[in-house]
Amino acid sequence: MTETTQSSGLAAPSAIGEWIGGMRRSAEFIVIPLFALFVSASLFSLFLLALGKSPQTFFELLWRGGFGTEFSWQNTLVRTAPLILTALCVAIPARLGLVIIGGEGALVLSGFTAAVVALPLLSWAPPFVVMPVMLLTAAITGALWIGAVGALRHYRGINETIASLLMFYIAVSILNFFVEGVLRDPSDPNKPSTAPIGPANMVGEIPGLHVHWGLAFGVVIAIVLGIVMSRTTFGFAARVTGGNVRAARAQGLPVGTLMVSATMIAGACAGVAGYFEVAAILGKANGSLIAGYGFTGILVSFLARHNPIAIAPVAVLFGGLAAAGGLIQRRMGLPDATVQVLQGLIFVVLLVSETLYGRFRLFDPEARG
Amino acid sequence: MSDKDRPAVGVETVGMTKIFGSLTALEDASIKVRPGTLHALLGENGAGKSTLVKCMMGFYQPTRGKLLVDGQEVVVRNPRDAMAYKLGMVYQHFTLVPSLTAAENLIVSRPDCPSVIDWKSEIGALEAFLNRMPFKVPLRTPVSSLSAGEKQKLEILKQLYLDRRFLILDEPTSVLTPGEADEMLGLLRGMVEAGEITILMISHKFREVTAYADEVTVLRRGRQVGSGLVKDLTRDDMARMMIGDTKIRERAARTSVEKSATVLDLTALYASDDDGLPAIEAIDLKVKAGEIVGIAGVSGNGQSELVEVLSGQRDLDDGRILIHGHPFEPSRGAMAKLKVFSLQEEPLRNSAVPRMSVAENMALRSFDQPPISRSGWWLKPGPMKAIARELIARYRVKTPSPETPIENLSGGNVQRAVLARELSGDVDVLIVANPCFGLDFASVAEIRSQIMDQRNRGAAVLLVSEDLDEILELADRVAVMSEGRISYVAPIGETDRQTIGHAMAGHH
Repeated sequence: MTETTQSSGLAAPSAIGEWIGGMRRSAEFIVIPLFALFVSASLFSLFLLALGKSPQTFFELLWRGGFGTEFSWQNTLVRTAPLILTALCVAIPARLGLVIIGGEGALVLSGFTAAVVALPLLSWAPPFVVMPVMLLTAAITGALWIGAVGALRHYRGINETIASLLMFYIAVSILNFFVEGVLRDPSDPNKPSTAPIGPANMVGEIPGLHVHWGLAFGVVIAIVLGIVMSRTTFGFAARVTGGNVRAARAQGLPVGTLMVSATMIAGACAGVAGYFEVAAILGKANGSLIAGYGFTGILVSFLARHNPIAIAPVAVLFGGLAAAGGLIQRRMGLPDATVQVLQGLIFVVLLVSETLYGRFRLFDPEARG
Repeated sequence: MSDKDRPAVGVETVGMTKIFGSLTALEDASIKVRPGTLHALLGENGAGKSTLVKCMMGFYQPTRGKLLVDGQEVVVRNPRDAMAYKLGMVYQHFTLVPSLTAAENLIVSRPDCPSVIDWKSEIGALEAFLNRMPFKVPLRTPVSSLSAGEKQKLEILKQLYLDRRFLILDEPTSVLTPGEADEMLGLLRGMVEAGEITILMISHKFREVTAYADEVTVLRRGRQVGSGLVKDLTRDDMARMMIGDTKIRERAARTSVEKSATVLDLTALYASDDDGLPAIEAIDLKVKAGEIVGIAGVSGNGQSELVEVLSGQRDLDDGRILIHGHPFEPSRGAMAKLKVFSLQEEPLRNSAVPRMSVAENMALRSFDQPPISRSGWWLKPGPMKAIARELIARYRVKTPSPETPIENLSGGNVQRAVLARELSGDVDVLIVANPCFGLDFASVAEIRSQIMDQRNRGAAVLLVSEDLDEILELADRVAVMSEGRISYVAPIGETDRQTIGHAMAGHH
């Protein structure tokens, strides 16, 4: 009964009307996540009050530690780079309806293989050989690691979320096995690590920013993948598969190939993140690779609604949160995990806010009255 | 059992109105169901039938209007209130617990069911109750192994066991064979005539309404547009009340097609269901160019698995599909080359991506071909939108814009959008499954006539349908599926409803 009565007046909207309609639709994807952030901040304030701490001080310190000074911005952006890439590791498979949460594993393992592949080259190869070999090795490692999750899912029906999470533990064990064993650098008395790749092979800073090139890589990869997902037949087929796998099959789309290639792209992103952690920050592979970027990336991707373009700004936000962690810990006498409590709250509130989509007529260009 | 001789309950609504936001789902419906009668409620999808009965059952609170039970005005705030007035409803989908037996289902459904159940005495009481009932259902079998007909009977028995005296049945025969439907409605009719119960039956099937109902009320677009004694009304009267002055597209005539070659050739197809059990076995079927082969059967006898196999949604365990003599794998390339298209039931589940736009959904077939993508990998939104605009106009899809997510369209328009996508090019093979399920008259006529058009143009059409009338109207040949096998095949001119119904029930 709605057919003739409701839509007759809207049969031929103007181009401007259509554009406004589109804007109203997209506004929903910005307003609801912002609302979720606000609710999480409020809940976290209650948590702080219960601890007898001032929420105001907390958010002031958060601002200062993350975004208040040039130094804090630099600190934030250094953390943003891996977050963009690990968030992409979640976002691309999510477009196909896969929930991959093991980006951390791909990051750790890729960082490790990148550091290891450099070892035999160090004595004779120049940096312009060593660096691309390391980058490529890391990307391939990540692609195979997460691609395996996609293949297991498609060919064996194994839940990709659980598989990717469990494979994270395998990745950590592989790292520890070698770093504490045969590949341990005997000259380093502190943390068990591989031998350093040497200052010549380290990635430099973006001129004028004091932030390594990983950030630029992350931003460019995010933009490229954003275009791939929205403007290519691959992206289209991936969205069809993610939106309705039965319809995708009925259209003869190669669902398996799509899943494996999307997970490989995702893994390669996490792998590149691992490369930059080794080649721009650590200079070697060790336990410091396990810094939680892969897990925070999940949060970034969900908040960005798995939109590659939106991931970069959201990653800055979480980079700032992480950057401010130390300052908050020192100034307010709060434990290290406090920022994680906030992150966890954001995630839960965000998942709950998913149920709000489509409920507000404000965002529905077809709603009347 | 009850203090009165005739315990049936009568229900009346006066000026019942229900408004959801900007939508008036039901307006000023006054319907009187006399005790001890079988009253049919007719109307198209979205006419307000379910809104009306949900207001009666207390699922919705009416915006305005009164409800009278046995002449007394009552307020039904929730289903529990309805229960107190002995009102009960049997839903279209089953509400039984599959792993429990029939007896367990009945006993645990009682509101006064004790926490510790004395099964021996309960089952004794249940058997005594069943002896008074015309329906028989095996009590000790788990519900999951009952047939659809038995489950439907059990649902009705549950209502009677709970001493409901006014039963609302929502399309009770949709999952039954014609034979089962007649048996069940006949038994209910007997109870109604004995004054045991009153029935308000939502139905689409005129045949059942004329054969079993005393009175009928027709709703259209939320308004009550007619009511009366069934014996005073013809089918045409009722149909006209249901659809109003909507123009129905002329049915495409069946043109005679001279002897033609086999296009779709299925040989010994085997496939399994989601649990790995055999779903279709040894399916052999040939469809010629310019022929519609209708596959009839009670739902759940392997028809959906067969369609899934042919459309690439399910892997084949064994067997061979030939199209024009070429082996067919349901891949994108083969579908395009051999011109295989499909029109499936529940398009939002099977053939469209709900959250993507109408334009994108219309491009599912052609997004990797010129003009949308000349290179095969770069998409051009311009041509995509242009094609969508043209199809929207040509197939009269009612949508606010090509950018609207397809899930916002009504069912008929979703199916029309899919139809536009699948049938706008050259079609050699067309796989159709329950294409008109849940659609209004105008859309049904339109879709059926498009299917007939494709046949007349020389397509080989395989039509799977649970609606026997649809098969009788469209098919050149009918095949019946029962328990995963094709049990009966006959040209449409050499068979009739009874014979097909018999084969559907598994007797052949």
